[in-house]
Amino acid sequence: MPQIDVPLVRGRFGETSRSDAWWLQPLAVFLGLSIFIVYSTWAALQGNNYHFGPYLSPFYSPLLYGDAPFAWFGPDKPSWFPTFLPFSAAMLILWAPGGFRFTCYYYRGAYYKAFWSDPPNCTVGEPRKSYLGERFFPLILQNVHRYFLYLALVFLVLLAHDVWEATKFPDGFGVGVGTLVLLANVILLGCYTFGCHSLRHLIGGFSDRISASSARQACYNCVSGLNGRHMRFAWMSLFSVGFSDLYVRLCAMGIWRDVRLF
Amino acid sequence: MATATPTQAAPAQRIAAGQKTVTFEIWRGEKGKGEFRAYDAEVSEGMVVLDVIHKIQAEQAPDLAARWNCKAGKCGSCSAEINGMPKLMCMTRLNSLPIDKPVRVEPMKTFPSIRDLVTDVSWNFEVKKKIKKFQPRAPDAPDGTWRMRQADADRVQEFRKCIECFLCQDVCHVLRDHHLHDRFIGPRFFVYSAALEMQPLDTADRLADLRLRDGIGYCNITKCCTKVCPEEIHITDNAIIPLKERVVDEFFDPLGKLFRRFRGE
Repeated sequence: MPQIDVPLVRGRFGETSRSDAWWLQPLAVFLGLSIFIVYSTWAALQGNNYHFGPYLSPFYSPLLYGDAPFAWFGPDKPSWFPTFLPFSAAMLILWAPGGFRFTCYYYRGAYYKAFWSDPPNCTVGEPRKSYLGERFFPLILQNVHRYFLYLALVFLVLLAHDVWEATKFPDGFGVGVGTLVLLANVILLGCYTFGCHSLRHLIGGFSDRISASSARQACYNCVSGLNGRHMRFAWMSLFSVGFSDLYVRLCAMGIWRDVRLF
Repeated sequence: MATATPTQAAPAQRIAAGQKTVTFEIWRGEKGKGEFRAYDAEVSEGMVVLDVIHKIQAEQAPDLAARWNCKAGKCGSCSAEINGMPKLMCMTRLNSLPIDKPVRVEPMKTFPSIRDLVTDVSWNFEVKKKIKKFQPRAPDAPDGTWRMRQADADRVQEFRKCIECFLCQDVCHVLRDHHLHDRFIGPRFFVYSAALEMQPLDTADRLADLRLRDGIGYCNITKCCTKVCPEEIHITDNAIIPLKERVVDEFFDPLGKLFRRFRGE
């Protein structure tokens, strides 16, 4: 690669000629992600109040072990689980959707700025001199994103099944506010997952002749449409998945009353 | 095809009919050494920053160096940093800036300073020479011509809008702050590589170069390049990330590679 003689004038951390409120966006991302991480960790560690009637919190779905009738393997925790750790069924599964979001191209760009100041924002001075990017370990592991995508697609099917289960009340078929909350959550998660950059590549972007197959081209165009709104759906689905858990939790605690619509 | 238009303003900053005096702090100096000097200029509605630079040249500082050519956002010559953001001077309307405060104009920081607002961007042309050129497959027809579908041509057409203003190179922190010019080609040349790599007729393989020599792994997806592109090319989403995914196909996805081998690809 050609060399260049640019006088290395390294600005101080936060130094910039920008006169706008450049700090606002990374601050908002920092607060938004922090609130979600704190809440989801707390909710995942509770191990209770994650189901109410036919509703199951998305943080606990699929419920592998638990006291709800949806549990795949019964109420007892697995024998291989370390006894010194507090058990919560959410801990067995949340690594998959968490990994999908952690390695998501949108979130990467956002949290590198908000949590690592790399850079704090465009044309704003950085705190560190060294830089490895995603070229070397550990961030080269971000390339595993497509494998988390495969898992996220499986989770999407399971959450859609939960919506169907959420229509099965003791007296028969019905729809409550909780059913609609879980349905909205699946729709938003679907818009986020089906707009994934890796999916866009795998479904057609890998080819230089996408139009050779009309089905492939149609799929690629649909994913590209959602991909253009990836940031919006990333935030909307993050909010909806947290709110879905909160709704089920507060209903289970008797603080909120679920309204049966029909 | 989208046409670059001057940035529209917040209503509160619109210049009232008639003239107004605005202070411009312009970087003056040579080879990286210099200072900001303040110039008061009479401005009127519809002016862009390049108009003010010309006015200052004509009335106050005839030795002020600034590169420009088309004044229509198509030649990519008048790149500079205006209030800290890389922009084309000819496409930045004054009513898009908070002109109640001094407007700061300085040269791009990623490239060596020559004088005042002029920088030496020749490194970019050297980088371009290193990228494998277009290598078409054998012609499809006996008359030596090729056939390709419009939809496939459309995909790479976006990248052809690039005017090589190098604002994306300027804003990229890998070049700007970390000076990895010897290991990283920058957003402009990922766009150039994508235009070749996704071209249906092209047969050259640039993936190993992109990973090892061109340093695509250094990009951490800040999207600053997309933000400053005056041609509104979706640099990150349509060029860099698809190239990263192709590099993953080739070097970081053993299951995918196995699957493709079974399919005989």
